[in-house]
Amino acid sequence: MSVWKPVCALEDIPRLGSRVVKTGSCDIALFRTADDRVFAVDDRCPHKGGPLSQGIVAGDRVTCPLHNWLIELDSGRAVAPDQGCVRRHETMVEAGQVLLCRP
Amino acid sequence: MKKQKLVVVGNGMAGMRTVEELLKLAPDLYEITVFGAEPHGNYNRILLSPVLAGEMTLSDIVLNDLDWYRDHGITLYAGKTVTKIDRIRRKVIAADGSEEDYDRLLLATGSTPFIPPIPGNDLANVVAYRDISDTEMMISAAAQHHHAVVIGAGLLGLEAANGLRLRGMEVSVVHLAEWIMERQLDKTAADMLQMSLEARGLRFLLSAATEALLGKDGAYQRVGAVRLKDGVEIAADLVVVATGIRPNTQLAEAAGLHCGLGRNRGLVVSDTMQTYDPRIYAVGECVSHRGTIYGLVAPLFEQAKVCANHLANFGIGRYSGSAMSTKLKVTGVDVFSAGEFMGGQDCEEIVLHDRVGGVYKKLVVSGEKLIGAVLIGDTADAAWYFRLIKDAAPVGEMRARLMFGESSLGDAGHAGGSNAASMADSAEICGCNGVCKGSIVKAIREHGLFTLDEVRKHTKASSSCGSCTGLVEQILASTVGGAYKPASRADKALCACTDYSHGTVRQAIRDNKLLSIADTQHFLEWRTPNGCATCRPALNYYLISTWPHEAMDDPQSRFINERAHANIQKDGTFSVVPRMWGGLTTPDELRRIAHVAEKYQVPTLKVTGGQRIDLLGIRKEDLPGVWADLGMPSGHAYGKSIRTVKTCVGTEHCRFGTQQSMAMGVSLEKMLFGMWSPHKVKLAVSGCPRNCAEAGIKDIGVIGVDSGWEIYVGGNGGIKTEVALFLCKVASDEEVREISGAFLQLYREEAYYLDRTVHYLQRVGLDYLKQRIVEDTAGRRALYQRLLYALQDTPDPWTERISGPARREFEALSV
Ligand code: SRM
Ligand SMILES: Cc1cc2nc3c(=O)[nH]c(=O)nc-3n(C[C@H](O)[C@H](O)[C@H](O)COP(=O)(O)OP(=O)(O)OC[C@H]3O[C@@H](n4cnc5c(N)ncnc54)[C@H](O)[C@@H]3O)c2cc1C
Ligand code: SF4
Ligand code: FES
Repeated sequence: MSVWKPVCALEDIPRLGSRVVKTGSCDIALFRTADDRVFAVDDRCPHKGGPLSQGIVAGDRVTCPLHNWLIELDSGRAVAPDQGCVRRHETMVEAGQVLLCRP
Repeated sequence: MKKQKLVVVGNGMAGMRTVEELLKLAPDLYEITVFGAEPHGNYNRILLSPVLAGEMTLSDIVLNDLDWYRDHGITLYAGKTVTKIDRIRRKVIAADGSEEDYDRLLLATGSTPFIPPIPGNDLANVVAYRDISDTEMMISAAAQHHHAVVIGAGLLGLEAANGLRLRGMEVSVVHLAEWIMERQLDKTAADMLQMSLEARGLRFLLSAATEALLGKDGAYQRVGAVRLKDGVEIAADLVVVATGIRPNTQLAEAAGLHCGLGRNRGLVVSDTMQTYDPRIYAVGECVSHRGTIYGLVAPLFEQAKVCANHLANFGIGRYSGSAMSTKLKVTGVDVFSAGEFMGGQDCEEIVLHDRVGGVYKKLVVSGEKLIGAVLIGDTADAAWYFRLIKDAAPVGEMRARLMFGESSLGDAGHAGGSNAASMADSAEICGCNGVCKGSIVKAIREHGLFTLDEVRKHTKASSSCGSCTGLVEQILASTVGGAYKPASRADKALCACTDYSHGTVRQAIRDNKLLSIADTQHFLEWRTPNGCATCRPALNYYLISTWPHEAMDDPQSRFINERAHANIQKDGTFSVVPRMWGGLTTPDELRRIAHVAEKYQVPTLKVTGGQRIDLLGIRKEDLPGVWADLGMPSGHAYGKSIRTVKTCVGTEHCRFGTQQSMAMGVSLEKMLFGMWSPHKVKLAVSGCPRNCAEAGIKDIGVIGVDSGWEIYVGGNGGIKTEVALFLCKVASDEEVREISGAFLQLYREEAYYLDRTVHYLQRVGLDYLKQRIVEDTAGRRALYQRLLYALQDTPDPWTERISGPARREFEALSV
């Protein structure tokens, strides 16, 4: 069964920025868009495992810092012509708190 | 809301490129209907030559197949010719009587071949060379017959002749002018080209006018011979007429749209690609823009881009004409020409002519600029010369080496050094991404790529360090011929989010006192909500360098290295390089470094090439702790900023030293601490001309001599070695600081983001720098003062992040 776990306040993530959540098994990258939506994906680029959390966010996309792949945050998919996909995690923002869906 | 209707007449290269650009900008704005007289989807017309030569097949040259139209909701009437435009009722009417309404209309009807009025030109087996059906006809004639005559030795005629020869025909080329390709080549070049084509079995008849085409055996059916004015008859089972093209403006003229006369008989458009009827746009070979008609695709693609922008209602971007270059697509024969290659008054010619080796190069120089070039036999530097011509870059400084190509300018560079055309398919072109020549050629053909950017996206070649850019450009040029247009940074859009160039954006920030990225993007009507990873760092730099202490620095618009003030490694850890002023250190600093290395189990400790120590493999969470324990300022080894000032020991210890190089270096480094710049900046100070600090390959190199200091600028030791150029000689230490500071401030204010000083210097020329920095004393002082003002109270970024709100960046969350 999955549960919603609070991770931080919305304000703790800079706009067009990110934070890293350590879960024990993997790192998850949390992103906040300019209009305050929050997305979460594994912090591993489908290309060569680069830390996506360290990339530049624009619109709903992040550019991987290692070799500039563009990743769509809502689908986790790499933008063509690159091909690949990173695992997404459900998020929710409630009363200024960011919640992450955990198994 | 109901969509507006866009009707496109002409399913060719310019029309469909406009539609592609439009779909990128405004995918849902229009319901699009396309009429094409040819019964196909859209194909790459310029590759008809390799198809005729048997090097490619028709299916290789499709740009957009029928599925593409369907997938984008475009109605395509392939095989329907539009015969009338009713501008009052806003309708087009096709030959079969069908009608289509439009809100906006795009005319892209291309050209029609010009067939001179010679008797017999209506015989069977007399063709022009324009489309798939002509090509198919030529291929089938070549399979059945033996003798071909090509009338006209321009680009098209020669490519046709070569293709037919490769298909086994005996080919004679009849040409009216004194030498072949007279509009692209001078006589010497043409003679050499003719020789190499003759060696492949072509026969030429020059200064020869055709009088009539004669039917076979007197029967008025198929052509049998060509008769020249002097009475000579040449057997011909196939005649290809390649005597020029005329803009296809019939439809437009009948609709009363204004068209030019005589040589400019195209459909007249404005800089926004609009005809005299504001609802009707036009692009391609059918238009006349500022009195010029273009017959190569590179300029047509530029028109397409501008036109799409206006169709999408963005209303920015103007087409102001293009420079053109020519490349003959005959495999194994290298020909290039661009600009004013004939020379003339007020021009000088630099010529290299090796008749036996088959190489001829002519460069036409006017004043400080390269204005034209012809290359035969060795076109390795074609893209470079074309860029110099387009950019009107000053070439005075490199004039002596200009003829020997781009590779002669640096020692280690290989940007244009080898000839891509002669490389094997398996040869590696891009070392960073491991891409070989074959994959690049394949991508260009399969995906119909025309620009360096597109090749970078699809293959990754030249997308990292960029040192192979020259080779990739050569491959593009030899694969798509004159369709290739080299990028010029001066007029190129900053990124896909805007049409404005670096220069325009900078100017707008200055003129309108823009202080934030959001305001700049809003003011300049950026297409994307928050830009992208290319434009945001550039904008951030332009803002903080133009308005120091006023514009807000935006960490989220900086690459991670500058945001975290450490260099990211391939495994996601970071490296830490503390500053050692001038390469000097102390026992205490070394002890602290040793202590940190043990405490944080730093896997690698290394002496860098910049005279300091690198601690590699540090986890991001540990960075603030490492910095606190080091107690040394940031070395900015990660930034587009001042990096190091290397020094040699100098007169303090060295028996040859003439000046105190260590002290000079430390004082320069302290002065420049925390300076952001378009790219990284490195200095070196040597105590005598033996130059142990390698000042000759630094952005600024300072060399001590008995009577003072010599200052060199624009050196680079990286991707392509560039030797710094002598700027001036000064007597005092303070003058070294003032000259260096003024030079760097000018670079900070005028260079484009990611240009090293050498690129800036090559763009503006050394004379300009001498004038601004050495001669204009008041101007120099002002520049220096502006630099000192910008650098006033620069905090150490590491100290700021050890505690305080910025520390949050380094803390991980948990669940
Ligand atoms: C650490 C160091 C190598 C070493 O162990 O010696 C180094 C390491 C890197 N260099 Fe360098 N360069 C280092 C000295 C040099 C030098 C030599 C020098 O400074 O005297 C050069 C040639 C001189 C020059 O720049 O003109 C040099 C030319 C480059 C270039 C090519 C720049 C160019 O304009 O051609 C790059 C690529 C770039 O900056 O885009 C580069 C990029 C890099 C990067 C930052 C690649 C990156 O973006 O991740 C490397 C970081 C490695 C890492 O994982 O941390 N490095 N690099 C040197 C640090 C010096 C320092 O103390 O700051
Ligand atoms: C063999 C060959 C080799 C070439 N090589 C090169 C090269 O190496 N480099 C280079 O830059 N350029 C080259 N060119 C030139 C280049 O192909 C043209 O500049 C380019 O195709 C022009 O594009 P366009 O859209 O204006 O015209 P086109 O591509 O000709 O498209 C016009 C289309 O409109 C259709 N049409 C016309 N009237 C109507 C109507 N009334 N109703 C419906 N449809 C209509 C036509 O059938 C045609 O399909 C070459 C051309 C040829 C023929
Ligand atoms: S340190 Fe410099 S030369 Fe060495 S691999 Fe990295 S970028 Fe290349
Ligand atoms: S690891 Fe992300 S782009 Fe290479």
